Amino acid sequence: MPTENSVSNQSPILEVRGLKVAYGGIQAVKGIDLTLRKGELVSLIGANGAGKTTTLNTLAGVVPHNGGDILYAGQEIGKLPSHLRLRKGLALVPEGRGIFTRLTVAENLQTGAYTRRDTDGIAADMEKVFALLPRVKERLNQVAGTLSGGEQQMVAIGRALLSRPQVLLLDEPSMGLAPLVVEKIFEVIHSITREGMGVLLVEQNANLALEVSERAYVMEGGRVTLEGTGKALLDDPKVRSAYLGEDIEELAAA
Amino acid sequence: METFLQQTLNGLVSGSIYALVALGYTMVYGILGLINFAHGDLLMVGALVALQTVTLLNAAVPGLHPVILLLAGVAVAVPVCMAVGYLIERIGYRRLRNAPRLAPLITAIGVSFLLQTLAMIIWGREFHVFPQLVSTTPMEPMAGVVVSPLQIFTIVVAFALMGGLMLLVNKSRLGRAMRATAENHRVAGLMGINANGVIAATFIIGSGLAALAGVLFASNYAIAHYAMGFTPGLKAFTAAVLGGIGNLPGAMVGGLVLGLVESFGAGYIEHLTFGFLNSSYQDIFAFVILGAVLIFRPSGLLGERVADRA
Ligand SMILES: Nc1ncnc2c1ncn2[C@@H]1O[C@H](COP(=O)(O)OP(=O)(O)OP(=O)(O)O)[C@@H](O)[C@H]1O
Ligand SMILES: [Mg+2]
Repeated sequence: MPTENSVSNQSPILEVRGLKVAYGGIQAVKGIDLTLRKGELVSLIGANGAGKTTTLNTLAGVVPHNGGDILYAGQEIGKLPSHLRLRKGLALVPEGRGIFTRLTVAENLQTGAYTRRDTDGIAADMEKVFALLPRVKERLNQVAGTLSGGEQQMVAIGRALLSRPQVLLLDEPSMGLAPLVVEKIFEVIHSITREGMGVLLVEQNANLALEVSERAYVMEGGRVTLEGTGKALLDDPKVRSAYLGEDIEELAAA
Repeated sequence: METFLQQTLNGLVSGSIYALVALGYTMVYGILGLINFAHGDLLMVGALVALQTVTLLNAAVPGLHPVILLLAGVAVAVPVCMAVGYLIERIGYRRLRNAPRLAPLITAIGVSFLLQTLAMIIWGREFHVFPQLVSTTPMEPMAGVVVSPLQIFTIVVAFALMGGLMLLVNKSRLGRAMRATAENHRVAGLMGINANGVIAATFIIGSGLAALAGVLFASNYAIAHYAMGFTPGLKAFTAAVLGGIGNLPGAMVGGLVLGLVESFGAGYIEHLTFGFLNSSYQDIFAFVILGAVLIFRPSGLLGERVADRA
């Protein structure tokens, strides 16, 4: 896997053009453009109901779109069902984790490797996941529904990694987790991008997301209203007031 | 004591057949939340196709060993039932997956009528004698219990199939995919699992079990008929509800318990009703149990596994 850091001049692994998604008559995503390169960590932030989850679900093939293109490695994948998108290398850790509560932790991880036949490769990747998430290894035979929220999130991420994706879509991996666990999960995300995986991260914790991301998009009412490098957006007064919980007056006073 | 053992044996024979059919109901319910009321009729299709095969083969090559005839019957009946089960899902239920629950239920009843009518057209309305391919001649009584090779064969085959199914579901890759899909179709898709394929596989496996149950049932009662699937189908459904619908071990336990209750009930019903009812009323027990379970313990003995779909 490539480990180069200069990702900006590569052609994108995921390219979204004019994506539109509607639920019944309600247009939840109103034509957005996104790009993601290999080894890049890009975040998608925005208020509740902005359309972030809808966007990720559409990219993964869980929700159909009604306009625009989704190009994966240059190929249109917008019509493929979700299981075929995963086979191409596009994995989603859905909002709310979606672990199989009645399966054991080990079985959850095995479903992550469902499409693979390389027993040795799977075993090696299991070890990698255990190294990243030692807690998962301790709980292998536990029924996943009895795990704590943080442990479930780790299983969900580990499970997605076992499919060996090129692109990982993460929907609020920090939701409901203690700060130390969040930090741990962000470390994991960081280390997987170093292996060449592209990560598109949706986060409520905008501060943290922007700090670690190379680039970011801000969504509002189904549109991308701002984009830029993580640092630029961190310094943007509009972002600071809307998503980082700072008062405009406070900023003006500073 | 002898009566007790004898009734236990009889109950295990019919109970293990109910269990095989109940597994099909419960697997489909577990993965789709659908009661496939046509499932009982697959037992009929299995029995009649096996009978047809045996008859044709016996006419073409007289003097074949009964075991060969039986194997040939099974070898044709199982794939035919699997194909029928697959087509029922593919043509009947798949497009109704997101429809209101009543729609697939009514379709299931329609499919049941369709299968019975087709069978009636092909095989007529009369009862056919199902040949005794495994001997029903009782062996030396053991501890006073009269056992025939067919009874032992039925129990052994049924238990082997149940064990095999449990291994498949709990240990194999397909089984994991089935359990994952049963819990959440959407997330299963995100793992690269083709939910449609897994659902089709579930119907195919359940239908294969129903075909074998049909051959066992017809062998034990020496009869085959276009409507023969109705009563065992309803009883197997009762067994699945009794064990907790959607729950595989539940379906097995439910089937065996129902078989035993019926058998003991038939043995003692005359005493219980002071001679008012005799053993030909044994079917009553299944429906009394169904009613009682639905009223007092709707989640069944081992607990319902509701398909919680996104
Ligand atoms: N299944 C659905 N049916 C109808 N409307 C939906 C559905 N899912 C989402 N919506 C609507 O689409 C809009 C975008 O929702 P989405 O879940 O994508 O927001 P989000 O940015 O992920 O919000 P949050 O930060 O709260 O997770 C919302 O107005 C929501 O009510
Ligand atoms: Mg969301």
